[in-house]
Amino acid sequence: MLDNKDLLGIKELSVENINLILDTAAGFKDVLGRDIKKVPTLRGKTAVNLFFEPSTRTRTSFELAAKRLSTDVINFSVPTSSVVKGESLIDTALTVQALGADFIIIRHSSAGVPHLLAKKLRASVINAGDGTNEHPTQALLDAFTIREKKGRIEGLDIALVGDIIHSRVAKSNIYGLTKLGAKVRLIGPPTLIPREMEGIGIVVFHSIEEGLKDVDVVMMLRIQMERQGKGFFPSTEEYSKNWGLTLERLSLAKDDAIVMHPGPMNRGIEISSEIADGPRSVILEQVTNGLAVRMAVMYLLAGVKR
Amino acid sequence: MKVVIQKGHIIDPSQGIDGIGDVLIEDGKIKEIKIQNTEVRNKKSEIRSQKSNPPLPPFSKGGHGGIKDSELRTINAEGMFVIPGLIDMHVHLREPGFEYKETIKTGTAAAIRGGFTTVCCMPNTFPINDNASVTEFIIRKSLDGLCTVLPIGAITKVQEGKELVEMGTMKDEGCIAFSDDGLPVMNSLIMRRALEYSKAFGLPIISHCEDLTLSEDGVMNEGLLSITLGLRGIPAESEQIMVFRDILLAELTGGKLHIAHVSTKGSVKLIRNAKTRGLNVTAETCPHYFSLTEDAVKNYDTNAKVNPPLRTKKDIEAIKEGLKDGTIDVIATDHAPHHRDEKLKEFDLAPSGISGLETALGLSLKLVDEGVLTINQLAEKMSLNPARILGLLTPHLSSLITGPKGTLAVGSDADITILDTEKEVNVEASKFLSKGKNTPFDGWVLKGAPLITISKGRIHECQ
Repeated sequence: MLDNKDLLGIKELSVENINLILDTAAGFKDVLGRDIKKVPTLRGKTAVNLFFEPSTRTRTSFELAAKRLSTDVINFSVPTSSVVKGESLIDTALTVQALGADFIIIRHSSAGVPHLLAKKLRASVINAGDGTNEHPTQALLDAFTIREKKGRIEGLDIALVGDIIHSRVAKSNIYGLTKLGAKVRLIGPPTLIPREMEGIGIVVFHSIEEGLKDVDVVMMLRIQMERQGKGFFPSTEEYSKNWGLTLERLSLAKDDAIVMHPGPMNRGIEISSEIADGPRSVILEQVTNGLAVRMAVMYLLAGVKR
Repeated sequence: MKVVIQKGHIIDPSQGIDGIGDVLIEDGKIKEIKIQNTEVRNKKSEIRSQKSNPPLPPFSKGGHGGIKDSELRTINAEGMFVIPGLIDMHVHLREPGFEYKETIKTGTAAAIRGGFTTVCCMPNTFPINDNASVTEFIIRKSLDGLCTVLPIGAITKVQEGKELVEMGTMKDEGCIAFSDDGLPVMNSLIMRRALEYSKAFGLPIISHCEDLTLSEDGVMNEGLLSITLGLRGIPAESEQIMVFRDILLAELTGGKLHIAHVSTKGSVKLIRNAKTRGLNVTAETCPHYFSLTEDAVKNYDTNAKVNPPLRTKKDIEAIKEGLKDGTIDVIATDHAPHHRDEKLKEFDLAPSGISGLETALGLSLKLVDEGVLTINQLAEKMSLNPARILGLLTPHLSSLITGPKGTLAVGSDADITILDTEKEVNVEASKFLSKGKNTPFDGWVLKGAPLITISKGRIHECQ
């Protein structure tokens, strides 16, 4: 059983809890492979997707995961909500809970919002991305994918490439992968990698050639176009030239290295199409695994005693 | 009306008084002080004590003989410290414009409860105190308040950092300093002019030192913790760059610079260096900067969101060192009350600030307990030095501000704080007299508290 009613971040999860989620997800992945993909496990429960930031893939993944568990799902997104009428975050969340939500799946541009709501709500709060803090289900599905492909996580050399400082995906993965015993490297321009991280047992490379050497997993991160011209990097062209993943650079990694990307990709900028569509890419499998992991999270949270 | 405070341990750094004795108050002024020659510690008061022999003789002109009981109130201060009324040179009273956060009435009630007899309010009201009519409004309103309120005017019109306010006119109306506080003057030329022009009136420029371009949208101290929490950081350098700039401008102009709420080790170092070079620079810090580290925001507690942000252990150590060696002259609260609903928000969106008037003395007494400061130094940091910096030791020209303040010298305003350093107090935010219940110290137990605050001779119990 999980220790808490909420999934706020990987930081807050024990190794046992992480492994429990991954093991449970394996069972649900089998379900997803069947002809009839739906189980009645959480019939009568209600999940609300409370998204304060635009998202298609994560929201859809949670929606489908809930549906596969026979849970009713409501999508509550900003443009149609009363938030535009000036309602406070807490009021919005309490309103959603009053409708009978058992799971409140929240995405918000401010870090700590799931933590704030978790304190105020009886419902299970699932963090679907809070500012530049965490995106725990993404890290769980990434860990699930690595474990599935490599058979283990402990001892692997895993490189995260790109905008670490603004990436909640990177943060959650750093916490998760180090907890599970992987050796994590960060690669990117110094403006996008927090110096402080070197202090916590992580190796930083500013040269992608040096950083990719002999790694087992290459995890590319999306470069956000709006960072361009703000002093983080001068142009996407220059970024791509120095830190984009090309076949030539990938050849520095181990021969059986896999390539991951949380999506959506900027083809030709952080990753070349040959790689994205190539045999080493597990990008679409990550998407499928996301469903299984999110089913496991909801299933396990429903079982937490309050 | 006369008041006698008996047998208290009187501390008045302005006159070097440190001993057991009585204080006589008449018509809102200090009339006389008698000190026993026992327990007298320093030279000045030794001379004084030679004139008075224990047991204390009655006060002059036949003592209390001619006074009816109804006209004389006696306060037994045995075992208590009797110090000049505390002066907080950095508060936000929110009136006019933000009365839902605080009013002059509630803010001064909180001040009195916290042991303060004078508070200086920052100009970021609505409208902003950037002209004499707003100053006049605040002064007029403050007459209903329980303690003395001295307004700080903006440096520039609408705090935009472009055009200087009418400093002379505002001084005439009662302003005792100028500051753009939370919206620091980024333009170095305007800051230079402010430091130059204010010299004509002898009033200090109080600088909230922050390079806003470097802070960008930061909400907490920059470091591993900000990265870990996913919150945007404000580096210590953002403060230090401006501390250094303003010190250089003070040197260039000979202006009177006071640096607000010092929060970093680097700032302490820069100020120490400036003082060593004999520059006209003074500085303050706030209780939260020597009581809490950035760890207080770990669970996204918006009550610990403050600007400058809470820093690290080494910064706390440096600030304590700075207080001890005199680099930091003043402890001020930066009392920043906010409404509950404003703090119950996303960390990024919640306003910065701590409601500080009702915890400041208790938190500062901890420094005395730890041996960082003596009680004399505490009285200096919280009363004498602010008075000195703001020119309150001499009677003020404005009829509304009488004075002198920050001293127990005969003829001064009878502003006195009587405190018990042993009394333990539970901090209960919900019971604050301030409208702002926003404190990260809720639930703390503080040792030492004010018992009675006397403001211009009026006696207030602090409970």
